[in-house]
Amino acid sequence: MSSRKIHCTLEVNHVEQDLLVHADETLLDVLREQLALCGTKRGCNHGVCGACNVLVDGMLVRACLMLAVEVDQRPVVTVEGLADGRGYTDIQQALVAAGAIQCGFCTPGFVMALTALFAREPRPDRDTIRNALSGNLCRCSGYVKIVEAAERLAELPR
Amino acid sequence: MDTLNGAVGTSPPRLDAMDKASGRARYADDIRLPGMLHAAVHTSPHAHARILGYRTEAARSIPGVHAVVTGADIADVRYGGIVKDESMLARGKVRYVGEPVAAVAAADVRTALRAAAAIEVDYEPLPAVLSPDAALAQDAPLLHEAFAQYVKSVDGAGHGNVVFESAISEGDVERAFAECGAVVEARWQTQAQQHVYLETNGCVADVDATGRITLYATCQSVHHLQQRVAEELAESMARIRVVATRVGGGFGGKHASNLHSIAAWLARAARRPVKLVLSRMQDFEIQRSRHPAQIWMKTGARTDGTIIARDVRMVLDGGAYADESPAVLAFALLMSRGPYRIPNVRAQGKVVYTNKLRAGSFRGFGNPQASFAGESQIDDLAVALRMDPCELRLRNAMQPNDTAFGGHAVPSCALREALTTVRDAQRAAPPLAARAGTRRGVGFAAMSHISGLMGTSATVQLRTDGSIALATGCVDLGQGADTAMVQICADLLGVPIERVSYAQQDSDISPYNWKTAGSRSTYMTGRAVATATTEMRGRMLDQAAKMMECAPSDLELRPGGAIGLVGVPKVVSFKEVALHSLFRSGGPIAATHGFVFDGPPFDPKRASIHRLAFSNLGIYTFGAHCVEVDVDMTTGKVDVRRAWCAHDVGRAINRVSCEGQIQGGFVQGMGYALTEAMHWNEDGWLTTTTLADYKVPGMLDVPAEIHPFVLEHPEPSHPMGAKGIGEPSLVGAAPAIANAIRDATGARVTTLPMMPERVLEAMEVTR
Repeated sequence: MSSRKIHCTLEVNHVEQDLLVHADETLLDVLREQLALCGTKRGCNHGVCGACNVLVDGMLVRACLMLAVEVDQRPVVTVEGLADGRGYTDIQQALVAAGAIQCGFCTPGFVMALTALFAREPRPDRDTIRNALSGNLCRCSGYVKIVEAAERLAELPR
Repeated sequence: MDTLNGAVGTSPPRLDAMDKASGRARYADDIRLPGMLHAAVHTSPHAHARILGYRTEAARSIPGVHAVVTGADIADVRYGGIVKDESMLARGKVRYVGEPVAAVAAADVRTALRAAAAIEVDYEPLPAVLSPDAALAQDAPLLHEAFAQYVKSVDGAGHGNVVFESAISEGDVERAFAECGAVVEARWQTQAQQHVYLETNGCVADVDATGRITLYATCQSVHHLQQRVAEELAESMARIRVVATRVGGGFGGKHASNLHSIAAWLARAARRPVKLVLSRMQDFEIQRSRHPAQIWMKTGARTDGTIIARDVRMVLDGGAYADESPAVLAFALLMSRGPYRIPNVRAQGKVVYTNKLRAGSFRGFGNPQASFAGESQIDDLAVALRMDPCELRLRNAMQPNDTAFGGHAVPSCALREALTTVRDAQRAAPPLAARAGTRRGVGFAAMSHISGLMGTSATVQLRTDGSIALATGCVDLGQGADTAMVQICADLLGVPIERVSYAQQDSDISPYNWKTAGSRSTYMTGRAVATATTEMRGRMLDQAAKMMECAPSDLELRPGGAIGLVGVPKVVSFKEVALHSLFRSGGPIAATHGFVFDGPPFDPKRASIHRLAFSNLGIYTFGAHCVEVDVDMTTGKVDVRRAWCAHDVGRAINRVSCEGQIQGGFVQGMGYALTEAMHWNEDGWLTTTTLADYKVPGMLDVPAEIHPFVLEHPEPSHPMGAKGIGEPSLVGAAPAIANAIRDATGARVTTLPMMPERVLEAMEVTR
């Protein structure tokens, strides 16, 4: 089963990466194993939990459901690429300030889902926030403080 | 205890929060070491079978495979907390589908999986028992033929497929029932729930030239894990080091398990680091669940609503290995009286082996099962008595200086306040608009729980610049223990929390801690931190007294890290104290405090106790939940609209963290109540092995309003007054929801989870 590898070029967090990947290797595999971008988490590997959320072409996707070869030549942003890799975004700071982070394993996925939400909707209301985060599982928080963090951010003068 | 800067009771952001928000936090699967191999586990396809032989040549011959291990290769030892019945890989027999049988280490994951699949095992299938009834049947196939020879730390009168039998009673139950004006009786059934920590279980095992192992593991205790691996490898604990990574949730499921010894064994064989991180499917199949329970319960009251008798029998399904089963059984029985003054109670139970995944510890530890039955029954009793359910609870609620079931004194009890808090908050809340086709119901549940158990310790040291180095063996599973420990230490020294470092847990250096379990971290380890810090503060004052040529009693701590002469502005800084002690005279300033839970044992004069896996327990805490639900009268679907949860935390060290525990525990309890269930088919195969099949509550499944009420009645045995809050919040969710369903529809659902079809079925019965 020594399958041939395929060459592809990923643009991850604004850096071009020339990679050899198996045809069945997911974007999540490549981010974590080849690029050591471990902020993207493997929670279920079935597209249910949202811990592996990343942005591809600015759209929120599950890295575990996308093959690496599909992402050839397309820009990918992971949690490590937010705020240009320096400092922290308002979203990250809001989650920290609200006490919305417990074990933290789901947090990068929530950060990416909120990043996608606020990019298209700067002042989301509670229902919009809850719908936007309905594809992310958190086992610790009961979700309340995550929503509170997003609501506070939506109300901030900007 | 005097404090200077109020670090306790505030809610500074978690120490690790930004690491987690930015993806920097390192969990087990994020660890990579030079030359690291990847492990894969070959698991049993049979629920029960004799192992006849292994064929591993094909797997060994695959290029890139570095080590293969089967049950034939490992030491002849069995491991277990109370009953030593388990080995790291199956030996002789397999007892559940998914049981690890063999494992490989290979250059990459792909090769490891291929090699694990290439291992062939010859089996002679045996008849399996998949339910407690089948396990207890006459002539049932035995899971553990050699049970009598197993080493046991507590005798539980196990026989056949019975692991352990326990009984507790107080008063005279039969006579009391004869005096009752209202008696209710019913059977309840609860399911296997899985922890579903978002991070699956895993570790990386490293090995040095002498064969000494270092395990980087997501775990609930480095010391407990070290002990288990040492036993399973038949090694000295000095040859096993365990370092905790960040833990992506535990909930009782990340106590030491077979995978750590497997990784360690492979690392030694390959002389290379080995990573073993379970897939979600394997985590479901081979780790642990909450015990399914069958509970029969009968409760009686006088016509005035005074509850005077309760009789309980329960059978827990323990799965294939004992793990924590005897202790879960004991705690379930102890909690089955509920937080009420019931003078006559009899609770009897057993836990049995079945050919399924082992059941073990899980947030609540037997209490969710007992409380689902008990708190549902309180409402049924209220109906029989024509009383308001909350009023019935208030009338019978335990109060300060009452006695818990088993005889422990309970000096502090805020149950009545918890009940009235949630009742009044619900009444005061503006009503939600009714939804077409649904009926609204309100339900209550009250609960008690403990924090305590076993030993713990903490070490505090003064560093050269006057900052503080704090270390404990308490692993933070995400609940915020790290921050709470630092807050306690900083508070007592009057320094900002940034001046206190907190050591990652490492069995080579961390002071002993039993486990992060039993809602015990803030209570037990927090006590150790407070006492060690206070001792070190005394040494700092002694040192400063020598420097300032006065008596220590003339000195006081000043905010920001200084010691001053009372009534005089003159101070010496912590830095000056440290430098003087390290370079002039006195020696390094440090303190360690350790203790084992020091509460009294059960009271044999009051309670008759047979074969309980505990001698003492912990301090008691109390809480109450109130929920509003809408029940869809056509589909039976239950929608929890709002929840109010009040819990006594003694004293909140970090208020926001307490709220997070309450809200998160309630939602995990909602999953237990409504959607989560592990299913095995008739061949013993687990059919719910992905998060698509096993339904964990998501954002839209939970109410937007879960109101936490943090009640504070300081616990006298804790220097800061704190109690644990990790588990109680899960316990009340299922019965409160069940009672709200009954309030809405008149239907009593007695089986968890309360899926729409079960609710409809119960409504049919009621009609």
